[in-house]
Amino acid sequence: MTDRGGIMAATGAEALSTELPAGRSTGWWGMVMFVATEATLFACLLGSYFYLRFQYGPQWPPGAIGTPELLKPLIMTAVLLPSSLPMVWAEHGSRHGRRWQLRCGLGATMVLGLTFLTLQAIEYAEKLRHFTLTTDVYGSLFYLITGFHGLHVLVGLTMIGWLLAAALSGGTIDAHRRERVRNTAIYWHFVDAVWVAILFTIYLSPRL
Amino acid sequence: MATTSTPPGVSRVDLARLTEHWAESPSLRGWFSTVDHKRIGRRYLVTAGVFFVLAGLSALAMRTQLARPEAGLLSPEEYNQLFTMHGTAMIFLFATPMLFGFGNYLVPLMIGARDMAFPRLNAFGYWVFLFAGLFMWASLPFGAAPNNGWFAYAPLSSEQHNPGLHMDVYALGLLFLGISTTAASINFIVTALKLRAPGMSLNRVPLFVWAIVATAFMVIFALPALNLDNAMLFLDRRFDTHFFDPSAGGNVLLWQHLFWIFGHPDVYIIVMPGLGIVSAVLPAFTRRGVVGYPLIVLSIVAIAIISFGVWVHHMFATGLPQLSYSFFSAASTIITIPSGLQIFAWLATMLLGRLVIRVPLLFVVGFIVTFVLGGVTGTMFALTAFDQQVTDTYFVVAHFHYVLIGGAVFPMLAGIYYWLPKITGRMYHEGLGRWAFWLVFAGMHVTFFPMHLYGLFGMPRRVYTYASEPGWGGWNLVSTIGSYVLALGLLLVLVGVVHAVRRGRPAPPDPWGADTLEWATTSPPEPYNFPVLPRVHSLHPVWDERTAESTGEGATADRILSEGRVTLLTSELDARVERPVPMPESTLKPLVLAAALLVLFAALLVAWYPVAAVAAVVVAATIAVWLWPAGPSRTSGVATP
Amino acid sequence: MSLSVDTTAGMTRSAARPAGRRRQPRPLPVLTALCGLALLAGCGGDPPSALNPAGTGAARVANLWWLLFWISLAVVAEVMALLIWALVFRRGNVRVRHGQPIRFVAIAGAGLPFVILVAVYGVGLRDLAALAVDPDPDAPTVEVTGHKWWWEVRYPGASGATANEIHIPVGERVKVRLRTDDVLHSFWVPQLMPKTDLIAGETRETWLRAERAGRYRGQCAEYCGTQHAHMAFLVVAEPRTDFDAWLTRLNAPARQPRTEAERRGQQAFVQGTCAACHAVRGTGAQGQVGPDLSNVGSRWSLGAGAVPNDAGHLGGWIVNSQTVKPGNAMPPQPVSAAALPDLITYLRSLD
Ligand code: HEA
Ligand code: HEA
Ligand code: HEC
Ligand code: CUA
Ligand SMILES: [Cu+2]
Repeated sequence: MTDRGGIMAATGAEALSTELPAGRSTGWWGMVMFVATEATLFACLLGSYFYLRFQYGPQWPPGAIGTPELLKPLIMTAVLLPSSLPMVWAEHGSRHGRRWQLRCGLGATMVLGLTFLTLQAIEYAEKLRHFTLTTDVYGSLFYLITGFHGLHVLVGLTMIGWLLAAALSGGTIDAHRRERVRNTAIYWHFVDAVWVAILFTIYLSPRL
Repeated sequence: MATTSTPPGVSRVDLARLTEHWAESPSLRGWFSTVDHKRIGRRYLVTAGVFFVLAGLSALAMRTQLARPEAGLLSPEEYNQLFTMHGTAMIFLFATPMLFGFGNYLVPLMIGARDMAFPRLNAFGYWVFLFAGLFMWASLPFGAAPNNGWFAYAPLSSEQHNPGLHMDVYALGLLFLGISTTAASINFIVTALKLRAPGMSLNRVPLFVWAIVATAFMVIFALPALNLDNAMLFLDRRFDTHFFDPSAGGNVLLWQHLFWIFGHPDVYIIVMPGLGIVSAVLPAFTRRGVVGYPLIVLSIVAIAIISFGVWVHHMFATGLPQLSYSFFSAASTIITIPSGLQIFAWLATMLLGRLVIRVPLLFVVGFIVTFVLGGVTGTMFALTAFDQQVTDTYFVVAHFHYVLIGGAVFPMLAGIYYWLPKITGRMYHEGLGRWAFWLVFAGMHVTFFPMHLYGLFGMPRRVYTYASEPGWGGWNLVSTIGSYVLALGLLLVLVGVVHAVRRGRPAPPDPWGADTLEWATTSPPEPYNFPVLPRVHSLHPVWDERTAESTGEGATADRILSEGRVTLLTSELDARVERPVPMPESTLKPLVLAAALLVLFAALLVAWYPVAAVAAVVVAATIAVWLWPAGPSRTSGVATP
Repeated sequence: MSLSVDTTAGMTRSAARPAGRRRQPRPLPVLTALCGLALLAGCGGDPPSALNPAGTGAARVANLWWLLFWISLAVVAEVMALLIWALVFRRGNVRVRHGQPIRFVAIAGAGLPFVILVAVYGVGLRDLAALAVDPDPDAPTVEVTGHKWWWEVRYPGASGATANEIHIPVGERVKVRLRTDDVLHSFWVPQLMPKTDLIAGETRETWLRAERAGRYRGQCAEYCGTQHAHMAFLVVAEPRTDFDAWLTRLNAPARQPRTEAERRGQQAFVQGTCAACHAVRGTGAQGQVGPDLSNVGSRWSLGAGAVPNDAGHLGGWIVNSQTVKPGNAMPPQPVSAAALPDLITYLRSLD
């Protein structure tokens, strides 16, 4: 029994040059399930926002906290949403073994993500002068939701940074690494998409 | 028993190679670093069993206090911590992990795989479960255990009304544990989707595996609500946020909604694998396949979906609008239908089969009797008007012990007797098992049946004592006596297990003539589970000659895979062969990560935030090392050092 | 210790049964048997049983219960019969291959239950609607506030308050407005009306309608902390005239001391620590933390069902209520041994 065809098919040169060995990998499913449970978490969080808002009464945000300004969050959206594109591009590069494309794509995503976080920090600095986590339930919701999303951006950036470091340090881009890029991409798109829901909930819905 | 002769279809060389790749070193390090799903599954079973005994002994203490009116055995503070720990531990630290233990041990075997999809994640999940359990139980000797009931309603859980660590232990402990449950669920789903033996298309997946997968999906979509709830509770308590504080715009009912959006699916998370065990045990003792496989699969899926739409039936007395009550009442009524379908499918199986009365079957019969009794009271609560009368009384306590013990504990006990030969390689003592069954069965009903009565007679739950006048005393005494009988029965179960392990007869690979793949391999299975991964041709592979042939003379090299630590990836729906995948070696990283998380949560609990920050960094670093994308390439060769 | 809730004490039963009331649930043999057994096993006395309703709401639910009970019994009997049949007649050890009675499973397991459940659901909905009908706007109203761990009871229009005891006129729908001062509680009088929770930050309403005069035990049914066990109350349903007289007293100053001892007791009360927390109408004591004590002498219990209301227990309560009801919000009081008997005498005179 010298023919270990199965393994050769998965690890040989032939397999490396195609996209991924046939079928979805376990890692892909794992990431999708993880994103599903995270998405549910955000859904609960935003659901809680609306629940508390409608239980509270007509005036929202309560007290002296005015309706949130739109300009900065829109800029943040304009920064974060397009950041999915270089990620797609990088993933594409990894599939074709183009290391420079992988590096550039990851780098661009990284820059956009960091810009987003900087803007968020500025936004926080301003808001904190008006209200904090402990002011009232609106403050608690605002900082919990945006902070939790910011944390996700940070985690996503760490993952991307990790990929970038690996991409810079060399080695072949094998199936294993392509899978990592792909999974990170899924996560990053998710983080982007959630932001849209947050933009709608926190910034737009009080104006409706 | 370990194989002495090579099974047909595999050469000696291949066996030696398999052993070399899959065996884990018997050292102490090997003990801590194992990623073998069978060892991990066994640990889940034992650890959850220990938590069961602790929670059960808490219940005995409570029952002793309640035996007579105005008893002074326990102070109210003690009683309140005990009943909270009893409920919390039974639900979170016993029922779910125990069933996940069965899942861990059995799912790869039943689908003909060599391990779970993510063995290291699996090990990590176990350590987190162990640590979270210890974290919660450790608070009890300090008198700092959770004391707010297992559903911890706000605002009694707030810092103002409940100072001290009690509810911080609860919030943090459950958040910590949630990591484990989520990880295990993702693992089950992916394992069942991708690792099934070739030919095991979706219509040939054992019902137990269906049940575990449905359970895992429920966890994925239900647990986030609980996690969010607990995160908000912790923030409210420690960092003065106002989610549940009506004086600053918060709302106390938000807690209840989020809790029960999790909590109701959770009760089916508990019962579903139990029902799966029943479906797995029956064929061996009725000598035929379960009737109505497609109907049962349909019911499993239906329950999993509908269970997300009934949560308000736990809030029927909170004064929500009538309209929402009528809706949730209807949904709660409808959810009995898929349960009824399964019950009648099993009854039909028994009526058309030939019954072999052994201990596992006895427990299945006990299950049917008990679960149906508990189910019908559930259906009563689904009617809002009736529920408003009996909610928060012992009538509810009776309901949920009937469904929990009937629906989860009895199947577990059936499962223990059924799979003990597989897990330990030893047979249990039949006579001892029968004694245990009758004591457990009688004890259960003597304990919990009277609760229906004194519930209707007006006794509220969660009272540490009660006045003699209303005439509840006698029935409570009956309950208490019953609980001792029950404990004695469970003690006999324990004795039976120890006896089997110590001096049971060696078990053949398939002592029952059962139908699923775990019986196609040795008892206990080798670390690689199957020398040849079978090719599955029917729903009852072991009863199926072509499947048996596929591991005998018909074995092909692509299903032996002895050239490394590998298992086979197959397609999601039809289980067509895709490619072999390398499986990770044993490692200490899961343990290190779980330990770092333990430090993190403990530091948060005692408010040593700098330590918590350091621990968080360690957590991040461990994950980073674990997931280093260019790490030891798993594709270059199979024998990674 | 036994707090007796005598269901007939001092009440005229007949006066309480308005003509044309909906029929009482039949004294079913099972009910009688169950109650009989319970009494045998218990220590005597009537349990505040949901199966022994005395109010419109509870009676409706009791009827619903009996419907559900018989249906459940039938379902359980069916399952048991099939099970026993299998166990007795289907032994053997040969593998069986035939038979997929999908139709049987579908009809017995889904079809039949569906029909039953739809019918039962309809009945349940009708009862739910009936319980939810609001009383007339001008119906007598009680305002009940939950505290850890006692009930404050007020009547709009009456200046006074009482605690752990609610008087209602028999045969009339009485609106109950529920608020909580702290955590969640639940208002429940098994023989009169199902539960309604008291939600922090919100107001809930329910109603009571007793069809028979009597004293009905109620209690907190939502876990509310250390002394949730001792948060009972009593509903006294009495004829309209008695109720009016009682309400008038609640509006008037508390009974003045008549004897020297009572006078000394009053002084000790008003000048001591007690007045910081307790009110007695018409005296300087206006504390709001604890229950109003203006009629404490006439109440059925001390500490919301913790102990009977007699001189011995009252003394014990005052000196250290923590031994009686550990964890309750009244600290041990520094009352001198000399002043205690007077204090007791005074408080017992307040009715
Ligand atoms: C294993 C766990 C489990 C299971 C399976 C169930 C099953 C069901 N439960 Fe239960 N439930 C709990 C665990 C469980 N429950 C717990 C832990 C609580 C309390 C939490 C707490 O407060 O602490 C609770 C509380 C609870 C309540 C709230 C009570 C209250 O607090 O006031 C309600 C209300 O609707 C309810 C309903 C139901 C229904 C309709 C089912 C149905 O799924 C039952 C279906 C099964 C059958 C009906 C039997 C088989 C069917 C047939 C033989 C067909 C024919 C039947 C008929 C025609 C009736 N449950
Ligand atoms: C799977 C879940 C589960 C299980 C199995 C049990 C099992 C038991 N429960 Fe549990 N119970 C709950 C889940 C469960 N319970 C929940 C969720 C609550 C609600 C909590 C709340 O209100 O917040 C509750 C509440 C609850 C109450 C109500 C408390 C109150 O409201 O004040 C009572 C009272 O009698 C009780 C009793 C028992 C008893 C006697 C057992 C027995 O079956 C236990 C038997 C087990 C053992 C005794 C241990 C095993 C023993 C051995 C292996 C042998 C060794 C033993 C000896 C040496 C004696 N339980
Ligand atoms: C710090 C506040 C406080 C002080 C001071 C105080 N009490 Fe109380 N008292 C309470 C509270 C609160 C309760 C209700 C306790 C419960 O039932 O949980 C109560 C209950 C009572 C009751 C029982 C009432 C009932 O209907 O159940 C009596 C009688 C009583 N107090 C008498 C006194 C006397 C006499 C003094 C002074 C010597 C006193 N109290 C001082 C707070 C106080
Ligand atoms: Cu108030 Cu329980
Ligand atoms: Cu439920």
